[in-house]
Amino acid sequence: MPGFVIRRLGTMLLTALCLTFIVFALTNMQPRLETLAKTQGSARMSDAEVQSWLAREGFDRPMLERYGEWLGVVPGWTREQADGTLRGRCIDRAGDAAAGTRCGVLQGYWGSSTRFNAEVGAVIGARLGATGMLMLWVVIVMVPSALAIGVLAGMREGSRTDRSLSTVSIVSTATPEYVSGVIFIALFASSTFGLSPLLREWGLMEANTLFLGNARSAMDRITFWNFTLPVMTIAMYGMGYIARMTRASMAEVMTQQYIRTARLKGASFPAVVLRHALRNALIAPFTVIMLQFPWLLNGVVIVEVLFSYPGFGWALVEGASNNDIELLLACSVVAVIVVLATQLISDIGYAWLNPRIRVG
Amino acid sequence: MSDRPDTPILEIDNLSISFFTRAGEIPAVTDFSARVMPGQALGLVGESGCGKSTVALGVMRDLGGSGRITAGRIRFRGRDIAAMSEAELRGIRGAEIAMIYQEPMASLNPAMTVGRQLAEVPMLHERASRRDAMDRARAMLADVRLPDPDRILRAYPHQLSGGQQQRIVIAMALMARPALLILDEPTTALDVTVEAGIIRLIRELGRRHGTAMLFISHNLGLIRETCERICVMYAGEAVEEGTVAQVFAAMRHPYTQALFRAIPLPGTDKNARPLKAIPGNFPLPHERPQGCNFGPRCDHFRAGLCDLRPVPMEPVARSDGHATRCLRHREIDWSAGADAGPGRAPAPAGEVVLEARGLGKVYEVAGGPLSRGGKRVVRANEALSFTAREGETLAVVGESGCGKSTLARVLMGLETASAGEVYLDDRAIGDVPVQRRHRRTVAQMQMVFQNPFDTLNPAMTVGRQILRALEVFGIGADAAQRRARMLELLDLVKLPRAFAGRMPRQLSGGQKQRVGIARAFAGNARVVIADEPVSALDVSVQAAVTDLLMEIQRAQRTTLIVISHDLSLVRYLADRVAVMYLGHIVEIGPTAAVFAPPYHPYTQALLSAVPIADPGVEKTEIVLDGEIPSAMEPPPGCPFQTRCPRKSDVPDNRCERELPALRTMGDGHEVRCHLAEEHLRAMTPVFRAAASG
Repeated sequence: MPGFVIRRLGTMLLTALCLTFIVFALTNMQPRLETLAKTQGSARMSDAEVQSWLAREGFDRPMLERYGEWLGVVPGWTREQADGTLRGRCIDRAGDAAAGTRCGVLQGYWGSSTRFNAEVGAVIGARLGATGMLMLWVVIVMVPSALAIGVLAGMREGSRTDRSLSTVSIVSTATPEYVSGVIFIALFASSTFGLSPLLREWGLMEANTLFLGNARSAMDRITFWNFTLPVMTIAMYGMGYIARMTRASMAEVMTQQYIRTARLKGASFPAVVLRHALRNALIAPFTVIMLQFPWLLNGVVIVEVLFSYPGFGWALVEGASNNDIELLLACSVVAVIVVLATQLISDIGYAWLNPRIRVG
Repeated sequence: MSDRPDTPILEIDNLSISFFTRAGEIPAVTDFSARVMPGQALGLVGESGCGKSTVALGVMRDLGGSGRITAGRIRFRGRDIAAMSEAELRGIRGAEIAMIYQEPMASLNPAMTVGRQLAEVPMLHERASRRDAMDRARAMLADVRLPDPDRILRAYPHQLSGGQQQRIVIAMALMARPALLILDEPTTALDVTVEAGIIRLIRELGRRHGTAMLFISHNLGLIRETCERICVMYAGEAVEEGTVAQVFAAMRHPYTQALFRAIPLPGTDKNARPLKAIPGNFPLPHERPQGCNFGPRCDHFRAGLCDLRPVPMEPVARSDGHATRCLRHREIDWSAGADAGPGRAPAPAGEVVLEARGLGKVYEVAGGPLSRGGKRVVRANEALSFTAREGETLAVVGESGCGKSTLARVLMGLETASAGEVYLDDRAIGDVPVQRRHRRTVAQMQMVFQNPFDTLNPAMTVGRQILRALEVFGIGADAAQRRARMLELLDLVKLPRAFAGRMPRQLSGGQKQRVGIARAFAGNARVVIADEPVSALDVSVQAAVTDLLMEIQRAQRTTLIVISHDLSLVRYLADRVAVMYLGHIVEIGPTAAVFAPPYHPYTQALLSAVPIADPGVEKTEIVLDGEIPSAMEPPPGCPFQTRCPRKSDVPDNRCERELPALRTMGDGHEVRCHLAEEHLRAMTPVFRAAASG
């Protein structure tokens, strides 16, 4: 097992290296750099001025060299300016003494964000923390309820419970976050429309709205009031999908001969389901659940913008609309790591659930 | 609870079970009655679809959502099963009635250790603590003779062999000391030598604990060896019931008799006393005829008598407890021999068509991308040498994993030989994969597959599939000629020409296998390899398909290579037999010589493991211990030495040191064994005529 994990980590590292290079190359293409120069310098720069701005900022050197600098395996560039002062990648960060040293991802320096005027590492760290809270609650809500729905529906295929739960899960997967989010806000977070005015009229509620449609306050303190809607919006979408998978797997397991064996051993129906069917039925959906995590990032982008919750997705949108190259690069790296890490967890968990798979 | 020996454990009275589907009611069992006394074993025989498994599940009242008991009663220890509540039923299942299933791998939970699955039974029924339950499980494993119980308790089912898995299922069934044990084809998925061990175990345990048994099987030989009473089922009804002695010696129903005549017993011979197939097909539940269900296929059918009203079960005169569902059982002359037609002269074998010299096949198994370590080698075939002549049938027998299928794949060119040579006429084909073989070579060497259900393209008509083969083989100048040839081929395999337009799903198993045979013979094949050609078919159809193969062979002088684990079939149809064990040919020779002493000790054990449905035959019982070694780590010396009961007769441990050479015993009979000549010559035959009386 440890050998397997080490090998998988090695593969992950290699994959991350390749992917970051591709992303680096894409974000550092010439037209993007020219746009950067015009947004950072002046929109009315001539072509020659653009070129000299790029040279001054160190963008005129070969792509591979700059990638090495970004990684931190090649010493950062230094250049004497026309006024005699020394400029360079690391000098901007740590002063003249840093001339000729390496400063990159390996040293913990992710570049600086032009949008937030701060180091990318700090920006990403704070935003990721916020998103982590959101994801945590999404997972807490989504996974258990999806599994419960799937198992309940699948244990008696074709029953009324099955059909109603299946309908619910199909509807929830068929509603993307940008639709459900808007509907939720309209229904629960408007003081003039939906549920809130009714509840207030009946005297059941003191507050203005049932839930809050803006989650910015959750940055300071997460409450049921401000966090329910964003969490539900993301969870609903993923939940239907996982529930469908679990249901299919459960229904198949229930037709297996070892389930008959358990039944004819004299085990009661709940015992058959919990002791014999559940673990086997979770093997297939487990991979799906883990694959769902990278997908959640998608939902995060939409939901964070929709509920103005300043997390990772929100930062990504800000970075993209402001051509913040280094921030975008860092965001991509985070996405790559999330994907690879969930894959690793998925493989290990799969082997743990399914004794027929051996790793090592 | 103790049972009085004179009150039945299980009483089934006029039971009818139907399944209700969208298409309407499908009667699975009608008017079925049976009784099982304490300590007694009742055998239930019949072909697939006759309702025998439905009876078993009915006893457990586990018929699923669509099955229902429509008439009659099942009483277990005097209590009506149909009237029990769910909780009462749970109390009986697994504790008082336990079941052993056909496929042990599928019947065990793959994600639960064997120990937990076994311990569950006492924990459920006796509220035993986990520790006590585990102790009981450990003791039970010793009872079913599994070595190293502690390791097995911690193992998952996939880590055990098929025979071990079935022992676990048996142990699980016996954990609560049930009064009734239902065995549903408990050995069908196992090899014969493993089967013999399991059957001996079941018999012993039944005797020791006095458990009553309901033994379901399609194998008459097994029933004879395990049961006191037998009930023959046909199309949802019991057609004959009695003690094993009564039914086997003096059967009183035409179906029972036809069944016996369709199986290759030791007395049958393909030339002198050929098998007699049952004409027609098994009726589907909604196509059952008026009157006697067996009527349309019966030799003794009389219109105006047998096709009027349902036939009741009638006692047979002068015999206690023997009953039959035949209106004419008093008139039929039961002692008349089968009308088998004239015997045929044996066909002489011609020139050598196929020859293998030192053929070997080695697979390199990479351990998968995740595992460490280098490649491992599987020795599937080692130094096989044999010849097959024109018009001859060579059988290759052996248990699963002995390399017989690999041999077929190498001959067909699906794999290439790693060593040695294969010659078809004078062409070397051993290292030529099928894609690079000449079209004529491919046409001349064809194969009939085991499972007719999977080998026909479900989306293409039967005629189109045969035409496709003709196109591939380049036979016929144009479409019209090929079409004519296709119709001729349908005639050859005795299928109506109208079948050309049918889809495979509209055909029965036997008919599909006939299409497979037509396809194999489409290009005037010289050598046809038949890999278990009838093992997926029902007994009554097996004889017809076997006969067809031999008839075509006779007419076209084809060389047949039959790969089979069914020694009765092999004895019946083969001219020469090669016995394989762990990639080696351990014995080869004319069928009569291989099936009589001197034997290789493995052949002897293999023969003795075959259940024989003939009360006129006695056999020596040799049950092998242990498991077939893995082909990845074959034992040194003789491949059979790890299980050989005669190893001690060879001095100086030679069996563990050197591989014996093939030794000629005369008349083309060769044996690969270190045993001294006098030991081999002194062997007694496995089968003997039983002492009369």
